[in-house]
Amino acid sequence: MSVTVRIPTQLRSLSANESEVQVEAGTVAEALKALEAAHPGFSERLFDETGGLRRFVNVFLADEDIRFLQGVDSVVTDGQTISIVPAVAGG
Amino acid sequence: MVHVQGLRCRECGREYEAAPIFTCEWCFGPLEVAYDYDAIKASVTREKIAAGPLSLWRYSDLLPVEADAAVDLGTGFTPLVRADRLAAELGLGEVWLKNDTRNPTNSFKDRVVSVALSKALEFGFKVAACASTGNLANSVAAHAARAGLKSYVFIPADLEQGKIVTTAVYGGNLVAIKGNYDDVNRLCAELAGIYEWAFVNVNMRPYYAEGSKTLAFETAEQLGWTVPDHVVVPVASGSLLTKIRKGFDEMYKVGLLDAEPEVRVSGAQALGCSPVAEAFIEKADTIKPVKPATIAKSLAIGNPADGYFALDVVRSTGGGFGAVTDDEIVDGMRLLARTEGIFAETAGGVTVATLKKLAADGVIRPDERIVVYITGHGLKTLEAVSGQCGPTATIAPTLDAFHEAFDIEES
Repeated sequence: MSVTVRIPTQLRSLSANESEVQVEAGTVAEALKALEAAHPGFSERLFDETGGLRRFVNVFLADEDIRFLQGVDSVVTDGQTISIVPAVAGG
Repeated sequence: MVHVQGLRCRECGREYEAAPIFTCEWCFGPLEVAYDYDAIKASVTREKIAAGPLSLWRYSDLLPVEADAAVDLGTGFTPLVRADRLAAELGLGEVWLKNDTRNPTNSFKDRVVSVALSKALEFGFKVAACASTGNLANSVAAHAARAGLKSYVFIPADLEQGKIVTTAVYGGNLVAIKGNYDDVNRLCAELAGIYEWAFVNVNMRPYYAEGSKTLAFETAEQLGWTVPDHVVVPVASGSLLTKIRKGFDEMYKVGLLDAEPEVRVSGAQALGCSPVAEAFIEKADTIKPVKPATIAKSLAIGNPADGYFALDVVRSTGGGFGAVTDDEIVDGMRLLARTEGIFAETAGGVTVATLKKLAADGVIRPDERIVVYITGHGLKTLEAVSGQCGPTATIAPTLDAFHEAFDIEES
């Protein structure tokens, strides 16, 4: 499946300033792996030592927080967008 | 005099220049303002503060922006009132209410916005923006008007009418999003990457959040430069609770308190949106985001950015957490109004209901000096109580009608 990964400002130094990267993947985990393959450096920013997503990294698949889906195992379909978004305070 | 050294990641400790940035580029942890506490200690005294303005700007030594450049509507130094009737109903001893309904736009958000937009002017921004559950919207729109800034305020479309009108009246752009607050927030996080605006809760967040410390500063000053034993604080993103604790600690660090503060901190959430309370109750290490379903819309953040820090504060200080139902929230609002004459919004109902619950559970004790933070005015959420509150009687303008309706013995 071809999916779009939206890159937040904070990480665009890793993607040659591209705000979106196209990857081939069947799940969110595969998409993030493909992102690392295309632009090395993403994985150590997004994942902690245990291999889990860092606790202040939010990942959305088609505008839904993947923690409401199957996490990084969530299945992606062709043309979907994955967004990496930092946690934001407020109220 | 501003004593800011820079910004520091709360998660991994990496340091950054004091710029309009909010997350660590390495680990995505939130950035926090780092101060030169030795310089503050050399500059600040109780007397200097007491001689300052009757607003949060009396504590400017402990804030990240110059007081004379402040965008100021007169926020802060709100009343701390003793609540004996409420205490008696709940079987408690010394209870105080920090009445932050008395700010310019009637919530504690004026504190954070006054600081954030002052800093935004310093950075040279021309547009103020925010994602809001309502109170922040009111405050950003008002302070932007005051500062002559354009504004874009983003809210969930289903917000209370009172919060929509009291934002729109200030004349900026008000954008209602078909989604919940977490949806609004995510959109704003992405917009903040495109537009060079001062998003008070996004790229201005490190400065914004510092404004909440002034609730702790005022509390201690109003208690004669001492701290309470226990505070009860509503939790949405978790920032306010975290910063109240930080405020007490900072006062000791710069010599404004004689003894190291030992304040138990308890958090209040609505059951319909209680991700932090759930993690506390379940002794969990992770906070699971939720889809909010509660009348306490100002606390309806399902994915709380500072939830982990709030959880740490409550655990490490020996506090507790309450998660209260919508009915308990309304009862809490009415209890506060009936016993103390203060009309709080739904968040205040959450806080009072949590006070009641934790008192009944023995977590909050009668021998403690307690401060309860009432963060927003009841007129903002009239819908919550309008079905239950109305005229005692509707009668013709005659004595007979009155006497028929009211059988009064004393005169």
